[in-house]
Amino acid sequence: MEKGKGVMGSGRRWAVDFSDNSTAPSSRDIPDPPGFTRASADQDDSTVSRQKKDAESNWKAQKAWEVAQAPFKNLLMMGFMMWMAGNTVHLFSIGITFSALWQPISALQGVGKVFEPYKDSKVELLGPKLLFIALNLGGLALGVWKLNTLGLLPTHASDWVSSLPPAQEVEYSGGGIPL
Amino acid sequence: MPITYAFLLFLIFSSLQPILSLYEDQVGLTDWHQQYIGKVKQAVFHTHKTGRKRVVVSTEDNVIATLDLRRGEIFWRHVLGHNDVVDGIVIALGKYVITLSSEGSILRAWNLPDGQMVWESSLHGPKHSKSLLVMTNVVIEKDNVVIIFSNDRLHAVSCIDGEVLWNKDFEVESLEVQKVIQPPGSNFVYVVGFAASSHFEMYQINARNGELLKHESAAFSGGFSGEVSLVSSETLVALDSTGLILLRISFHKGNVSIQQTPISNLVEDSPGPAVIIPSSIMELFAIKINAVTIFIRVTGTGKLEVVEKANHETAVGDALSISEGQQAFGLVQHAGRDIHLTVKLAHDWGGDLLKESIIMDQQRGLIHKVFINNYVRTDGSYGFRALIVMEDHSLLLLQQGTIVWSREDGLASIIDVTTSELPVERAGVSVAKVELNLFEWLKGHMLKLKGTLMLASPEDIAAIQYMRLKSSEKSKMTRDHNGFRKLLIALTRAGKLFALHTGDGRIVWSLLLQSLHKSEACQHPIGLNLCPWQVPHHHALDENPSVLVVGRCGPSSDAPGVISFVDSYTGKELSSSSLVHSVAQVIPLPYTDSTEQRLHLLIDADKHAHLYPKTPEAIGIFRREFSNIYWYSVEDDNGIIKGYALKSKCDGNVADKFCFGTRELWSIVLPSESEKIVATVTRKLNEAVHTQAKLIAADQDVMYKYISRNLLFVATVAPKASGEIGSVTPEESWLVVYLIDTVTGFVLHRVTHHGSQGPVEAVFSENWVVYHYFNLRAHRYEMSVIEIYDQSRADNKDVWKLVVGKHNLTSPISSYSRSEVVTKSQSYFFTHSLKAIAVTSTAKGITSKQLLIGTIGDQVLALDKRFLDPRRSVNPTQAEREEGTIPLTDSLPIIPQSYITHNLRVEGLRGIITVPAELESTTLVFAHGLDLFFTHFAPSRTYDSLTEDFSCALLLITIVVLVAAIFVTWVLSQRKELQDKWR
Repeated sequence: MEKGKGVMGSGRRWAVDFSDNSTAPSSRDIPDPPGFTRASADQDDSTVSRQKKDAESNWKAQKAWEVAQAPFKNLLMMGFMMWMAGNTVHLFSIGITFSALWQPISALQGVGKVFEPYKDSKVELLGPKLLFIALNLGGLALGVWKLNTLGLLPTHASDWVSSLPPAQEVEYSGGGIPL
Repeated sequence: MPITYAFLLFLIFSSLQPILSLYEDQVGLTDWHQQYIGKVKQAVFHTHKTGRKRVVVSTEDNVIATLDLRRGEIFWRHVLGHNDVVDGIVIALGKYVITLSSEGSILRAWNLPDGQMVWESSLHGPKHSKSLLVMTNVVIEKDNVVIIFSNDRLHAVSCIDGEVLWNKDFEVESLEVQKVIQPPGSNFVYVVGFAASSHFEMYQINARNGELLKHESAAFSGGFSGEVSLVSSETLVALDSTGLILLRISFHKGNVSIQQTPISNLVEDSPGPAVIIPSSIMELFAIKINAVTIFIRVTGTGKLEVVEKANHETAVGDALSISEGQQAFGLVQHAGRDIHLTVKLAHDWGGDLLKESIIMDQQRGLIHKVFINNYVRTDGSYGFRALIVMEDHSLLLLQQGTIVWSREDGLASIIDVTTSELPVERAGVSVAKVELNLFEWLKGHMLKLKGTLMLASPEDIAAIQYMRLKSSEKSKMTRDHNGFRKLLIALTRAGKLFALHTGDGRIVWSLLLQSLHKSEACQHPIGLNLCPWQVPHHHALDENPSVLVVGRCGPSSDAPGVISFVDSYTGKELSSSSLVHSVAQVIPLPYTDSTEQRLHLLIDADKHAHLYPKTPEAIGIFRREFSNIYWYSVEDDNGIIKGYALKSKCDGNVADKFCFGTRELWSIVLPSESEKIVATVTRKLNEAVHTQAKLIAADQDVMYKYISRNLLFVATVAPKASGEIGSVTPEESWLVVYLIDTVTGFVLHRVTHHGSQGPVEAVFSENWVVYHYFNLRAHRYEMSVIEIYDQSRADNKDVWKLVVGKHNLTSPISSYSRSEVVTKSQSYFFTHSLKAIAVTSTAKGITSKQLLIGTIGDQVLALDKRFLDPRRSVNPTQAEREEGTIPLTDSLPIIPQSYITHNLRVEGLRGIITVPAELESTTLVFAHGLDLFFTHFAPSRTYDSLTEDFSCALLLITIVVLVAAIFVTWVLSQRKELQDKWR
């Protein structure tokens, strides 16, 4: 994701869009340089730009798949960390578990944003997106599983009865040895 | 692993190994200790030497102590065993205190300056008798001799080493020796007494060797009664058996003569029999007819004449030789609010040596005893000081018309204790202490900060410690958030109520209950019970809380009862009444009326139940719950436990709608030839239980506790084994333990410990009971635990049913729905024998429990309940270890740091009371006996509050410094960035 952003994302300071096909110079803030005719340039570059576009969309698709697979590495690392953290409740294992839960959730929330740069009419993004979501769900499941092994999920009867106060008694009896 | 358990562990994992000890400088911060001696029986002054002036006292609580005459502080004190009653004390050789105790069979000498025992000798004799101790001035081989009559034998004992020099038996059957007299300057003693109640016997015995010099007897057909008064070294005064004729018995030079004088000759309108006030004043004695004290002089010719009739309550002290042949005696009379102390010469009634009038606190009641002592003033005249013992057992020293000091020794004999909240702090409530001003507050915090940063000088440290100890915060008269400040209300044997502040142990108010005051109708009133009567907390906050005091006129169970209601804030008696019925049991019911007055049932000796308060509202509440109220009685002398239900009307012809008859429902008859009830215990009525589930981490299981208020623990032993430990063989001794449902009489559990013996001390809490007994086979004390679990609800284990709430765990339970229980039990050896046992109680019942054990050494030891877990095993699994299960050991450890009384002793420990504070982690512990001890105790450490040594000032300063640093660095970074941009 990070790499994709660095190349195609908002990291750019400025850009000249050579594929701008508009003929009216008034649409731009600055007038065309002298000797430059917009119409002829367009006609000359049309084939070149098509080729360029194809290459770009291919590259985009490739990048999108790469981005989609990125959580897998994360998943492996998380698994290793969890194994290292052990099954007792302490600060480290709690931290690992909660980050393992938080990362997939935040990634899933930002799934649109992650694939924003690769949005293209020609690029099929559904596949990478599904893979991305599936891998993150896998990470989430891992986190939940870890939570359960730590005993922090209410999956036992004891979790539901421990807060119940003792039942009321119907009868009352008092007394003892006479004073 | 379940979620709550894990969270609890996470939250308090620092407290898994609670360290209960405290640092040296924490002593006295939350705890206080007060020392008492009990009601003084005899006092001997020691003021001759130039050293510290002191008085040696013996008390009804078997204490021998010396007190500082200047301040009333205890120099030293010895508490003898409860069957080692002190019969007499004398000072010998100016350096020994000689005490006769244990019905005249043990004579001990104590070193006067430091109280160390010098010698002890035991005196034996043929049979039990009155014990008399007489100091003589006879010297045998440079030994001063003390003469003791005890166990029907006369002994002469050396003061130096306690050796018995000679002893002498008296052949006459049924001789009741009244006095042993040594005439001054002589070498013989007179032993005088009555035989067969109609003979006067006189023996003259050589004090050097015990040789009988003379024996005379005289018959008097009218018989003798009561005490005798000595009016000279060879004359005494007694009363005949009717109490109407005074007998002057003279045995001058061994010739016995009895002279009779009817009291009616002396006093014209003498309405009834008289009582002699025993004294030994030259030529003078006092008798008491009803409430009138009459002083009678015996003239040299043997004539009797009345010198004064005192209508007020009067106490007479013993004679005091002030100079050669002159005797003085003290006399204290009540006159309204004042008392008059008079010191007179024995032979001159009119001439008062001293006459003082002192304003006396009405709450101290009547004067019971007076002891006087003289000193020589700078101008050569005699001054007198008087030590007086009051009705409330307090001890006061009077000198020069003022009370020099007073000791509240009534607190040595507390019968019952309850607590009361203090007023809420608001505008209308006056706060006794003035708040610290800002400067002092700042100064205090600066000192504390210096202490934290280790910059404090020794003086500063002392000042910090003083500030901590004397913090006005802890002794305020208002309620605090943590619930540490409360009133401890104690009922003493003298019938006095004391309210002690938990902060510093001072007496906030005291009240001598008029209802427990001796009167015509009520001759021997005794206090029985103290219950919280009204505890306003929600809708009745404007009312003051009050307590109910229940008493009885006389020791028998059918004596009429008295009740009294006392305001806990002001200490005023709101109302009191003597009841028409007796009081056998007091049962607080779990219902309160609209003013938060708790309903109480008083059961009388005829098994009628009387409802209090006597209001229509109370009866309405009671009628609603009528069918669900039961009561039981344990008749421990014949081994029967009976359960009763109530009937709507009283059986007799009494038209009292607050009286209810009872009918017997069940009875458990224990075989009297094999079982004798030695202990019963129930759960505390106000105990808070947090959960009904016991979580077992190992197999992720849950067990349901059998929590019932209606459970009774009964321990019985073989009748043979009810004596002392070791009096029976293990084969003929056993201990049987029952758990009985007191509504149905159903025995839930029964277990027999063969070869075990009492005494049994037990404590019942939640679903477990811990009891302590002696194992004869192992020759050790044991503590056993029984935990009771409800098997009938054990199948509530389906998580989904629990999630949607389809379970019967919160539905009300009836004792009649017969439940299956399983018990788990385990026994452990324990080193100490113990005097009392209690368990910590906290506000919500979440904090883990610790047992508080009053050891035989009069200390309070905290023992974690986890040590008494029946599920301890030799090799606990990892999960069990995490849960806190301790590996199984055969004996319970005694960790020296967990003595909550640290280095103090609560002499004569009788009871331990635990009261929850508002703070869940903390419980307030009050131990009483002769001494009082109070402390805060956190069974799992104070996990819910900052520790006392946490420095708020340091935290504040750190925050301020951090904020300042952030600001400064922010400004600096801004500047640097700007410079970078210009570059």
